[in-house]
Formats: sequence, structure tokens, C-alpha cells
Amino acid sequence: MLIDWFTVGAQALNFLLLVWLMKRYLYKPILNAIDAREKLIAQELADAATKQSEAQKERDEFQKKNAEFDHQRAALLTKAAEEAKTEQLRLLEAARQAADALAAQRREALISDARNLNQALTQLAQREVFAITRKALTDLATTTLEERMGEVFDRRLRELSGPAKNALGEALRKNSNPAVIRSTFDLPDVQRAAIQNALNETFSADIHLRFETAPILVSGIELTANGQKVGWSIADYLKALEKGVDELLQAQERPAPKPEVKVAPQPAKPRPAEAPTPATPAKSEPEAKPAPEPAAAKAGTKAT
Amino acid sequence: MRLSTDQLIFWHHGFFKLNGTIVFTWGLMLVLVVGSKLITRRLSTDLNRSPWQNLLEIVVNGVEKQISDVGLKRPEKYIGFLGTLFLFVALAALCTVIPGYEPPTGSLSTTAALALCVFVAVPWFGIAEQGLGGYLASYTKPTLIMLPFNIISELSRTLALAVRLFGNMMSGAMIIAILLTITPFFFPIIMTLLGLLTGLVQAYIFSILAAVYIAAATRRTKSKADPAPAT
Repeated sequence: MLIDWFTVGAQALNFLLLVWLMKRYLYKPILNAIDAREKLIAQELADAATKQSEAQKERDEFQKKNAEFDHQRAALLTKAAEEAKTEQLRLLEAARQAADALAAQRREALISDARNLNQALTQLAQREVFAITRKALTDLATTTLEERMGEVFDRRLRELSGPAKNALGEALRKNSNPAVIRSTFDLPDVQRAAIQNALNETFSADIHLRFETAPILVSGIELTANGQKVGWSIADYLKALEKGVDELLQAQERPAPKPEVKVAPQPAKPRPAEAPTPATPAKSEPEAKPAPEPAAAKAGTKAT
Repeated sequence: MRLSTDQLIFWHHGFFKLNGTIVFTWGLMLVLVVGSKLITRRLSTDLNRSPWQNLLEIVVNGVEKQISDVGLKRPEKYIGFLGTLFLFVALAALCTVIPGYEPPTGSLSTTAALALCVFVAVPWFGIAEQGLGGYLASYTKPTLIMLPFNIISELSRTLALAVRLFGNMMSGAMIIAILLTITPFFFPIIMTLLGLLTGLVQAYIFSILAAVYIAAATRRTKSKADPAPAT
């Protein structure tokens, strides 16, 4: 008999007992451990997902803030650039204005300096020219020249005519004091007599004369009577020349000078029409102008 | 020469007897229970675990997956019965490499007891799942005429379970014993390895068939009120 029923029952009991024991000691603990681990893993995965979502959220927020920051930075940069540009333009304008002012000031100073220098040089040149001229003519003034001047004066007196002659004659007649004949050197008697004769003949009267020497005349003779004056002297020429040069210089300085101021001194050359005007207060005596003024000027120039 | 370990009697008193089948079964039970107890004594629930725990988890998970694959919805409910069935039969076959050991599954009494357990477990789980009426009604499916055939099928498959496992295990041990007398040394080793393989295959077949029977018994039949799926 292959089947022993007692053994069958015993084995069935054994098997059921084994099932119970295995459930208790194997399946339940193992399954519980697996479940716990799965829960742990699920928890960790959930945590990871939560952290990931939080990280995603924070990243989104960070990106948003970053974008806002970029936007603000760009706006600030644009604003700063505009302000810098405005400031640059303002500073450039201010610098340009300051440079213009400085340039104008400098130009003014330059012009003023140039003007002053020019004036000084002009005055110096003028002084020197006249001093040299005066000295040269003084050196040249000799008795012979005085004699020649006397002749010229004599001829002038005789050639007087018109209103000038009348005015002088009137003055001589009204003058109670003797008319004054001034000369650089003491006139010789012959010449004095010639002058007396010329006056007496010209005005048909006996005119009283008083002779004086005046070195200031440089070289020349002049007659003064009751405010009227007739004469010929190099000093008159020089005064007329000096006056003309002064007028010319003043006329040049009056208009606004241009920046290219020439500092080089230009000797004021008296024009022939202006230079020889004698400084005679008697306007009524145009004939008193000396004829040989170019010669005198030439003589002065040559003397230097 | 004895065909079964039932004939190896250690103690006898009237109807009660202590034969080799029971003793070897106790030995296997002791190994299984003590081993499980030792391994599950310090179970780790975190990610680091011991190799033995890994082995047990692989086995339990494998059994659970097989049960699930068969079609049982809640494998943890059946793993106690089906898993123990597999582990017992497999361990009984694996231990044949131990000299002097004889598998208790080589005894028709043991395989008949296991088949009887399956025979009882199938209606047990079937009734638990779908009620007594539902389970009994399944014998009349598809028609009432099939009732006797279903009952015969129930009985015959239980008999088949018992005889199949017994025949395989007993023949394996028998062949090895015969070969040992004819050609010692080399050839019995190959046959032993082959016996290990057939033992494991039988354990798998036995437990899978039991799972299939239980699955068939617990599967709810569609009620007529249910609308037919649109085709």
C-alpha cells in the first residue's frame, strides 16, 4: 500500500502548520519590510518631486526676478546713458562757452597788448623820428641858412596879398607895442633892415619892430603882432607833421582792429598834402605856407 | 528496497507511527522556519539590506509575481499557501544532494496530503471570494449537464497532482538508487543534477497548478445583467 492514511493526515497537518509558521515568520515580515521600503521610496520620491517642484518654482521666480532685474538694469543704463549724453552736451557747451570766453578774453588781451605795443612803438618811433629830425635841422641851421630864411621871409612879406595882408596890416596898425620878429639866431643888421623895409613897403607905414632870438624855432623867422603871426620856421613844419601823424594814428586806431594786428612799427609817413601845413593860428594867412617844405623834409631825412 | 519513506518506521504505537516521511518533513519544516526566523530577525526597511534578506525578498517577490501573473488579484492573500507549497516541494527536491536524505515528496502519502490541501483550498478560497452559492454555481457552468464532469474533473486533477509529484520524485530517487548500484561515481551525479532540475520544475508545476485551480475557483463569473461588450 503506497498510501498511509495516518501519514497523509500527519503531512496535511504538518503542511498547514508550516503554512502558518511561514506566514508568521517569512511572508509577513518580508512583505511588511518591502511595503515599508516601498513607502520610504515613495516618500522619498514624493519629497524629491516636492523639492523639484519647489526648485522649479524658485527657479521660475529667480528667472522672473532676473528678467525684472535685467529690465531695470537696461532701463537704468538707458537713463544713465541719456543723462550722460545730456551732461556731456552740457559740459561741451559750457566748455565751448568757456573756451570762447577765454579766446575772446585772450584776443582782447592780445589786441590790447598789440595796441599798447603799437602805440608805444608808434610813440617811440614818432619821438625818435622827430628828435632826429629836430636835431638834424638844428645842426643844419647856420647863419647862412638864417640869411636865406630872411630872404624867404622878406619875399613872403612882399608877396602877401588879399585878406591876409589886410588882417596883418590891421593888426600892425592897431598894435601899440612894437611887432616882434623872432628868429633862431640873432639877425644881422642888414637882414633886419631888409625886413624893416619889406614891412614898411608892404604896408606903407613905419612899423616898429623888436627883434628876439628863439632857439625853439629850430630854424626860421616869425612876425607876431596883436595876435597875428606870419613866419616861416622848421619848428612849424615839425609841429604840423607831428599833428598830422597823431591824427593819422588816431584815425587808424579808432575802427575795430582785426586780430591780425601788426606789431611791426610803421613809421608814419606824412602825406605831402597834410604834412606841410604850418601851425599858424592865423587862418587868414594861407599864403604863409612855406614852399620848400619837401626840401626841408628831405634834408632832415638825409641828415639821419 | 522500499518505494516510499513511509516504510521507514522509527516508532510505532497502534495507529500512530513515526516514519521517515514525517521525520524528513519535520526536518524541512525546521530548516524553513528557523531559517526564515533567523533571516527576518533583523529585517532592514531602508535601502541597505543583507544578502540573505535580498534572497528571501527575491523569492517572495518572484512567487508573488507568479501568482499575480496567473490572474489572482491579491497575491498577498494566497502567498502563504501557494508560496509554502512551492518552497516545501522545492526544498524537498534540493535536499536530495544531501547523502542519506530522502525527499518526503517521494511518498505518495505526502503528495496526496498536499493534493488534498489543494483540493480543500480551492473551494475555501472560491467560497471566500464569491460566496458559497456563487462557488457552487460555478460547477453548473456552462450548463447543468457539466456538473458531474466538473466534479470528476475536481477529483481527477487532485489525484493527478498527487500522482504526478509522487511519480517524479519517487522515480528520480529510485533511478539514482538503481544507478548507484549499477554505475557508481560519475553517472549518478548527472542524474542527481537532473533530479534537482526536475524537482524544481515539479515544485513550480505543483504550485502553479494549485494557483490556476484557485484562480479558476475565485474568478467571478459575469452576471447576465452585465451588458455585453460592444463588438
